[in-house]
Amino acid sequence: MKTAVTNVVFAGLGGQGVVKASDIMADAVFRCGHDVKKAEVHGMSQRGGSVSCDVRYGKEVFSPMVPAAQADYLVVLSPDQVDNNRQALRPGGVLITPDLVDATKLENAKSLNVAMLGVLAAKMDVPIEKWKEAIAAALPEKLLETNLRAFETGRHIGARL
Amino acid sequence: MSERKLLNGDEAVAQAALDAGVTLGTGYPGTPSTEILENLDLIGGRAQWAPNEKVALEVGLGAAYAGARVLVTMKHVGVNVAADPLFTATYTGVHGALVLISADDPGMASSQNEQDNRRYALASGCPMLEPSDSQEAYDFVRTAFDISAKWKIPVMLRMTTRVCHSRTVVQAKAKAANVSAPAFVRDIRGKVMIPAYARPAHKLLRQKLGEMAAWNETSELNKVIVGSKDLGIITSAISYMHVREAAPEASVLKLGFTYPLPIERIRQFAAGVTRCVVIEEGDPYLVESIRAAGISVEGKPEMYRYGELNVDRVKRIIAGDVSAEPVPPRGKPPQLCNGCPYRTVYEVLKRLDCIVAGDIGCYTLGVLPPFEAMDTCVCMGASLGVGLGMRHVLPEQEARRVVSIIGDSTFMHTGVNGLIEMTYNPPTTGHVLIILDNGTTAMTGQQEHPATGRTLDHGPTNKFIIEDFCKAAGAKNVDIIDPVSKPAEFEAMLKGRLASNDLSVIIARKPCLLAAGKIREYEKINAEKLASASYCKV
Repeated sequence: MKTAVTNVVFAGLGGQGVVKASDIMADAVFRCGHDVKKAEVHGMSQRGGSVSCDVRYGKEVFSPMVPAAQADYLVVLSPDQVDNNRQALRPGGVLITPDLVDATKLENAKSLNVAMLGVLAAKMDVPIEKWKEAIAAALPEKLLETNLRAFETGRHIGARL
Repeated sequence: MSERKLLNGDEAVAQAALDAGVTLGTGYPGTPSTEILENLDLIGGRAQWAPNEKVALEVGLGAAYAGARVLVTMKHVGVNVAADPLFTATYTGVHGALVLISADDPGMASSQNEQDNRRYALASGCPMLEPSDSQEAYDFVRTAFDISAKWKIPVMLRMTTRVCHSRTVVQAKAKAANVSAPAFVRDIRGKVMIPAYARPAHKLLRQKLGEMAAWNETSELNKVIVGSKDLGIITSAISYMHVREAAPEASVLKLGFTYPLPIERIRQFAAGVTRCVVIEEGDPYLVESIRAAGISVEGKPEMYRYGELNVDRVKRIIAGDVSAEPVPPRGKPPQLCNGCPYRTVYEVLKRLDCIVAGDIGCYTLGVLPPFEAMDTCVCMGASLGVGLGMRHVLPEQEARRVVSIIGDSTFMHTGVNGLIEMTYNPPTTGHVLIILDNGTTAMTGQQEHPATGRTLDHGPTNKFIIEDFCKAAGAKNVDIIDPVSKPAEFEAMLKGRLASNDLSVIIARKPCLLAAGKIREYEKINAEKLASASYCKV
């Protein structure tokens, strides 16, 4: 049985857009009317170190941090960050790794974070228009179309998994 | 009713301050507090960076003496710097209102210690509120301004990294009405703390705290979640959230106004449950205060004093589990960016086997491989004093290897005082100070400071000239060099200075790679502003 709160963990390296991806996801589920909490740790991570963010949503969320081994989804943006974050995932949880998306085939390799959101979106029960609204709210106009296409690319990949 | 928003704690504080009618926000950047003033500026408030937290609190105090509503922000260690004015500001009180944000960092995500600033509230007699999420950060700032205005006393809002940097849903309230405009009211006995006036001021402070403690007994800032009588938990701040998830069946007394404490309310709660456990992050502040009042409660085992709490750790505390905790796998540590101008400097320091008294900023990463070229790092500005102390006592050959290294923003913060010490008490071997000037407060996310010549919103202001200051302070040699384009010259210069008995400052100047583009843009805009006839520079 599904628990009352859905837990998603994003992980990667500073500069990859991990925080941005988690902000977009948190906004998407917020737009669905859920209670949402999102935790992150700033600071030294700006210098290329490991970064991870927790997004939790449901009817009522208390702690902003996902307890160990309770992530329903783990989205990792850097191949070398999979092993050290794997313990976040619950048994049977969904692991989304960066090898699923070939960043070099995206119009802009920096859209990897949004493409990974597309893969996640294909696996989650959140209306697509809410994702798109959240992406539009988070990104400047000039980057929007490229990122929406990256999101679609990710969704197609996710749908085939 | 305003719309619901998903805000982090810092953004919620900024919004609340604006809605409370804040006249001025001031502070010094420091994770996790930095975004408060940046957001206050973004949403239309007046916000400015001070050179350090002591000056920020003093500016805030002056504004609040003059009747303004003021927000002063800093990280936990910043309160150490601001402690001098704080401990007397509670005696003088304020005419307007002053809310001091202390953003603590349990677990040290980005700090040199995990001090628990709830101790400051107790020690300085400063009333304190502790929010557990962004909604409470918003609500408590609004209430803190009211408490400050009512009792005419500075109020501390003690946040932590998780509250500052977690996004949760916030509903803002109506803006404060009838906020009085600043005006000077002469109050010599109340504001001039000579001993004769400070003695009654101290008694007045204790009287105010007594009144607040009585008010707090029925305050809505504290709440009870009715649950099982078998287990009662007294908690505050983020720990409350972990508690609700870890022990959904428990009765909970959630304290929001944590100094002065509502002791009778706590006594009543504890008496109504069979087992009463205090769950708090960091120091045993609540448990000690509650026990001192003669109330029998359980605390947490010492092992849970270290680091942040979370749902799993709270479960362990309730279960009395003191077995070893699982160690999470190590992530990739941060490092100096590729192309960072400081890389060259650390390569040279390593090659010359210097003894390096370091400081706080990006450049502290010079301690990690591949450089490992830093020997001490204590607090903001300490590189000078520590380097000088070593020079004074080490045998000459070792003393000659000692270098102090400090960033531009840290130099402005408290390095200037150390430089004055250097020329006042020069070691017999002289000394070498390297100022790493990358033109920004890089570590906290590229904030401005007095030596950038730009204000918090990146607009133009008077520029502090570091080299002129060093010369005026009496340093014999003051050189400016780009260590990236002239690495050999930099190395030769450092060698020469170390061999002499002079007091030398080497300013290694090259903009932060991440900030350089933005700096050029700001400078262009500011040059246009200054050139336009309508812009009047103060």
